[in-house]
Amino acid sequence: MLLLQTSIPVPKDIPLPFPAPEWFLVTILIISFLVHIVFVNLMLGGSLLTLWCQIKGIKNKEYDTLAHEIAKTITVNKSLAVVMGIAPLLTINTLYTVFFYTANSLTGLMWIAIIPLVTVAFLLTYLHKYTWNTFSNNKPIHILIIAFACIIFMIIPLVFFTNVNLMLFPEKWGTIKGFMSALLLPNVFPRYLHFIFASLAVTGLFLFWYVGRKNYDFESIFNQLTRYEVKKKAYSLVLAASVSQFIIGPIVLLTLPSKGLGWNLILVIFTGAIISLPAIFYMYKAIVGKPENINKNFKIVVICLTITVVFMGSGRHIYRANTLNPHIKMISEKTQSFIKESEIARQESAKPQTAVSDKTDSNKGLEIFEQNCAACHAKDEKVVGPPIREMQTIYSNNPSGLKAWIKAPGKKREGYPQMPAFANKLSDSELNQLSNYILTIK
Amino acid sequence: MDIPLFHLDWLNNRMLIAIIATLHALINHSLAVGFMPLVTWLENKGVVNSNPHEITDPKWDKMVYKMMWTAFIITTTIGAMTGVGIWFSVSLVSPNSIASLIRVFYFAWFVEWLVFVTEVVLILIYFLTWKNANKTLKAKTRHIKFGWYLSVFSWVTMAIIVSILGFMMDPGNWNNEQSLINGFTNPLYLPQLLYRTPLAMVLAGTLGLFLVSVFTNKGDTIRIKAFRYIGKWILCWLPFAVAGAVYYFNVIPKTMLANLQVAIGTQSFQQWYDIMWKVIVGSSIIILITAIITVWKPQIMKSYFLAITLVFALGFMGLFERVREFIRKPYIISEYMYSNLLREEDYPLYKKDGILKWATYNSTPTVTNENKVEAGRNVFMLACSRCHTTQGINSITYVFDRMYGNTGKPFKEDMMKSYIKNMHKSREYMPPFPGNDLELDALVAYIKQLQVTNEVLEGAQEVGVAINKDQSVEAFKSQFANKETQNESQNNLVKK
Ligand code: HEC
Ligand code: HEC
Repeated sequence: MLLLQTSIPVPKDIPLPFPAPEWFLVTILIISFLVHIVFVNLMLGGSLLTLWCQIKGIKNKEYDTLAHEIAKTITVNKSLAVVMGIAPLLTINTLYTVFFYTANSLTGLMWIAIIPLVTVAFLLTYLHKYTWNTFSNNKPIHILIIAFACIIFMIIPLVFFTNVNLMLFPEKWGTIKGFMSALLLPNVFPRYLHFIFASLAVTGLFLFWYVGRKNYDFESIFNQLTRYEVKKKAYSLVLAASVSQFIIGPIVLLTLPSKGLGWNLILVIFTGAIISLPAIFYMYKAIVGKPENINKNFKIVVICLTITVVFMGSGRHIYRANTLNPHIKMISEKTQSFIKESEIARQESAKPQTAVSDKTDSNKGLEIFEQNCAACHAKDEKVVGPPIREMQTIYSNNPSGLKAWIKAPGKKREGYPQMPAFANKLSDSELNQLSNYILTIK
Repeated sequence: MDIPLFHLDWLNNRMLIAIIATLHALINHSLAVGFMPLVTWLENKGVVNSNPHEITDPKWDKMVYKMMWTAFIITTTIGAMTGVGIWFSVSLVSPNSIASLIRVFYFAWFVEWLVFVTEVVLILIYFLTWKNANKTLKAKTRHIKFGWYLSVFSWVTMAIIVSILGFMMDPGNWNNEQSLINGFTNPLYLPQLLYRTPLAMVLAGTLGLFLVSVFTNKGDTIRIKAFRYIGKWILCWLPFAVAGAVYYFNVIPKTMLANLQVAIGTQSFQQWYDIMWKVIVGSSIIILITAIITVWKPQIMKSYFLAITLVFALGFMGLFERVREFIRKPYIISEYMYSNLLREEDYPLYKKDGILKWATYNSTPTVTNENKVEAGRNVFMLACSRCHTTQGINSITYVFDRMYGNTGKPFKEDMMKSYIKNMHKSREYMPPFPGNDLELDALVAYIKQLQVTNEVLEGAQEVGVAINKDQSVEAFKSQFANKETQNESQNNLVKK
């Protein structure tokens, strides 16, 4: 097989300075992204849990109720997921302009499809939430609604991952033909799985807290299920998902192209992973322990896992910086040299052209005609407007009529477009030279 | 040029943005900015008009809640997503312009975001606590207060965005002061706000009337009462909306006005221009009649008539938005960047070296006899594709043929060349042609081929990009290596 050698592009950056110091933008990016992703996790994990509970609820009514309770949180979390996404979007646009936009453009159809897809998914979640009673005798249809929403919610992160992955690899840009080929770059799927499991973990923690709130009247909502049971299940979910990350995480790391790997990255990722160990331990103890002890150490679990998430988020950024910094340096040098070249070209073109002043009137008339009229008028034949010959027959004895027309043309001929007006573009003396030229040219 | 160009060859790239942006503005104005104060006001009326032993009139409150429910569902789905969609579509279609704006307006957008987050949190609170708030008078009063906060934040969100839009349309300022305050002090800011605020109120009113007719039955007393209130609401705001529209229209700078007639998008300018005014005058009259009837004879008002009024009211605003979308031509950022995403100040360089040489993504850095048509396609992509398609809306063969009288005859090369060279003078809404003479030849050859082959121009999202060898890492390295050795030898000379 022939391997086509494609080169690596060095585009120019937007030739304007950053609006704030880089460290500031980076901090905002990391923090706001994490907040955004937590709500996305809750939205996706919540939908999946709802679906699962509702299917279970066909046999056991209690789970249907639980599904309803979780479903109520989705519509709130999804609204927050969207607004919280704006800050990281804005910031990544600022920091990684050409990289991000290039990835967007190369996967453009899928990228813009996010908008209608998410809109539909949101509408489905509302439909699902507000038709709980309507479809109480028609569960399969009701479940289908949330299933569709889940499918869409599962697709969307894939599009985002494809984009943020593609932006890291300028060497691939020349080989990408549409979304599918970008999707198949190594590393997209491992990162995606990593994210899905994170969603389940985050949602489990959220559920644990949600049903445990003091003013949450658990007993009046559920008949058989107890708080303890739900909490235990929630913890089990978090535990299983977190432990799985210890398998998926290394796969993600191994499939990362090596160019961005560095000790700084490994250190941050490992520290993050280690900090999650106490959380895993306490969760395990709570699950196997006595019911009255289930709430013990919940705070520690949350704190540890939060720190883990922050480390992973920073690791993500470190990898990005490691990968892109050499390229960013080239781009900024390139941009500087372009600005210089542009400046030189501008100065050259601004130099006064010689021999303008000693042109004769008719030469000037010709020049004005060439610049303003030749696009639409020729000497002997119709182009857009009538030929000069025709002008001469109309205005041979009426130069002021000609000038008046040029300043503010009317609409005369059938099937011709409107001629533009030149009132503000030509001075009186230019108009004189022009009309002289038109009326005298042979 | 530095970012692969996304291109929709049928829909036209600007149309994509226009559709999403117009939809967003319609929802934002009619269901957020105008609707929140209307709903809060009506909710309050329920409390004020209730029996002494009740917290609020339950039937009335339920109706108002249903109105709010509608607004909540639509704004948090289509409304929110079209807002994000504006970003997405603009960054696909004109990445360089939005990127430049963000570099300058980052904090404006950031503040906008904070306000927007507040707005969303408030709308969640306001809507989701509605039913619980009906338990005590104190809770209800607090709930109504949240309604007012929400109204204020919806308005502020709009006020900030208007500043950014106003800035983009104001010629000249970008080059002098690229700063934040500028957006608020520019001459278009106040007029836009003065036009949009009352318009949003009127739109919300017409929508409110329609929803009342949906959520109540004929002859209900609350229906009559609601019609009267909302009718008065409209009557209060309508004169301001009309005055605002006239004012706004008069302040749009002259050069943009010159474009305005073409702005609407077809050749028959005058016709469209008249249509716009007819729709504006016509819908104002219809809204006025509707409002008068609902205040003085609410019994005879029919749902379908309210639906028609609503359509006209949305049409009123939709047309204005459409015009605004197209007004900036040929600049996308006044006197800084043209709609083809090239900066005005770089033109001399492109004219000198050719635009293809500097474009990161194209297969033909230099035009030769062999690659002429392909080079022409690349030139077209860079210079014309943001506004023209090859086979779809505003297609290049269509506009040329129409200009030459719809003859369908093969275009004449010389004529096209002299036209393109001067197109910015004869048709001011287009930027000047950026390339050199060889590239012009190539472009013309390509367009002539298009005329006979019907081939479709595919964007980077489908066929990917070819990397210009002159703009690759290899070229970069050798160029900068040369520079360094030059510098070194110069240094050596100096040392000697
Ligand atoms: C964009 C194309 C275009 C440009 C540029 C243009 N014209 Fe025309 N011109 C037309 C058209 C189309 C007509 C026919 C208008 C009609 O009859 O309705 C026309 C008609 C005319 C006529 C005939 C008027 C008559 O009374 O029948 C004159 C004279 C004329 N143009 C002069 C000029 C001059 C001088 C310039 C340059 C300053 C110029 N035009 C630039 C398109 C153009
Ligand atoms: C800023 C957007 C924009 C760009 C960029 C642009 N055009 Fe146009 N062009 C327009 C609009 C708008 C029209 C008017 C369409 C109409 O009237 O229906 C138009 C019309 C035309 C016409 C017909 C003019 C007439 O008098 O009827 C031609 C020819 C044309 N364009 C060629 C080009 C070529 C060639 C390029 C690239 C070098 C180009 N345009 C780039 C926006 C643009």
